[in-house]
Amino acid sequence: MREDEPLIEWEWIERNADQILDRLIQHIGLTLIAVAAGFLISFALALLIHRRRRLYGPLTGAAATLYTIPSIALFAALTPITGFGSILTAEIALISYTLLILLRNIVSGLDSVPAEVREAATAMGYSSWQRLWRVELPLALPLIVAGVRVATVTTVGLVTVAAVIGQGGLGQLILSGLRSFFTTPTYVGAFLSLSLALAFDVGLLGLQRRLTPWSAPKSANA
Amino acid sequence: MNELIAWLSDPARWAGSDSIPVRLIEHLQLSGTAVLAALLIALPLGALIGHTGRFTLLAVTIANVGRAMPTLALLVILLPFILRAGLGLGFWPTFVPLVLLGIPPILVNTYVGISQVDADVREAARGVGMSGRQVLFGVELPLAWPAIFAGLRTASVQVIATATLGALVASGGLGRYIIDGIALRENERIIVGAALVALFALTVDRGLALVEERLARRAGQSEGAAGALRPAA
Repeated sequence: MREDEPLIEWEWIERNADQILDRLIQHIGLTLIAVAAGFLISFALALLIHRRRRLYGPLTGAAATLYTIPSIALFAALTPITGFGSILTAEIALISYTLLILLRNIVSGLDSVPAEVREAATAMGYSSWQRLWRVELPLALPLIVAGVRVATVTTVGLVTVAAVIGQGGLGQLILSGLRSFFTTPTYVGAFLSLSLALAFDVGLLGLQRRLTPWSAPKSANA
Repeated sequence: MNELIAWLSDPARWAGSDSIPVRLIEHLQLSGTAVLAALLIALPLGALIGHTGRFTLLAVTIANVGRAMPTLALLVILLPFILRAGLGLGFWPTFVPLVLLGIPPILVNTYVGISQVDADVREAARGVGMSGRQVLFGVELPLAWPAIFAGLRTASVQVIATATLGALVASGGLGRYIIDGIALRENERIIVGAALVALFALTVDRGLALVEERLARRAGQSEGAAGALRPAA
């Protein structure tokens, strides 16, 4: 890094706009796959916990252990098994990190449904599945979307780390700049990943308010 | 598996500058000093915000940006400035971002812990003639201690995780095994590095969790900030 070199060379950005856009799309893709797959797994586990309460401790405990493992360690440990630079390697780790947040929020969302409401639904002749889909889930939605928000923002940040194992979307820009001592790609990657995280955060907050207008003033925050 | 054992039984793993004990101590020193520095900055600031009830928006903003900020991005954004300040590669480019990452959880938990002290308790302390300073040190901080400690635990685990990434900017620590292993395409090095980092983080987390539970029990509040979620790193 030379002393006189500007931190950002705008010309480089213009010349490499295509590459930057590709990385951004890749970053969004990796994030969405991780959150979607993590959500499906967490949702299934949450329904299981909803029925069998004693599973809550062990399942969240396991998710918390995964969550505590530094991401770079998990990415690295998977490379000999699933390969360097493979999407699978990145996704297994990324999905693992969404589980704790999503599982906790879906379960507490379902728990937040008042017992009277649940009883009223049953008294009206709802089967337990109907009650779940039509009564409990809509009421649990604010907490569930809040969980998706936190999980998505966290995942956007973790995707950058996946650059170390040859994936990572915008993280690739960050790392290539670091390796060549050229700050422009690094700053572009860092700026875009931070912006992406904030955009997801604001977008999902908007979605949360729209889906549940009645809870707007004191929106649940995880 | 045999390769792994062969790799581990190399004497260079147990003595010398790239040995496991040396890398472990480097990691511990780097994370320990960073968490300590973060604590020295965040605790007084958080206490001030919680005690006076001013600048709360600032605290919330710091927490949110801290959560959204990718750790790798923070590391590389600061690098040119640290190099231009003449501090060189290695320790400082890792240490400074680690301190900045450690601040938000401690700051927010201190502020929330203090602001959640029962208003009646605070008024009673005022009523028996305690000064603002005495209320802070004698009442608010002791009651907020479990929450502050929970923040310290969050910060520690995050700092330990991110210290691993320091290897990218030529810092020591266990991250060296992972980054060098990837560069050398040496699976044994990667696996051992990853396992050590994971074990280290989990051990510190469990150890601090035990202290936290004991503190919470003594303060008679097992719920609350202790269950707060931290960002993954």
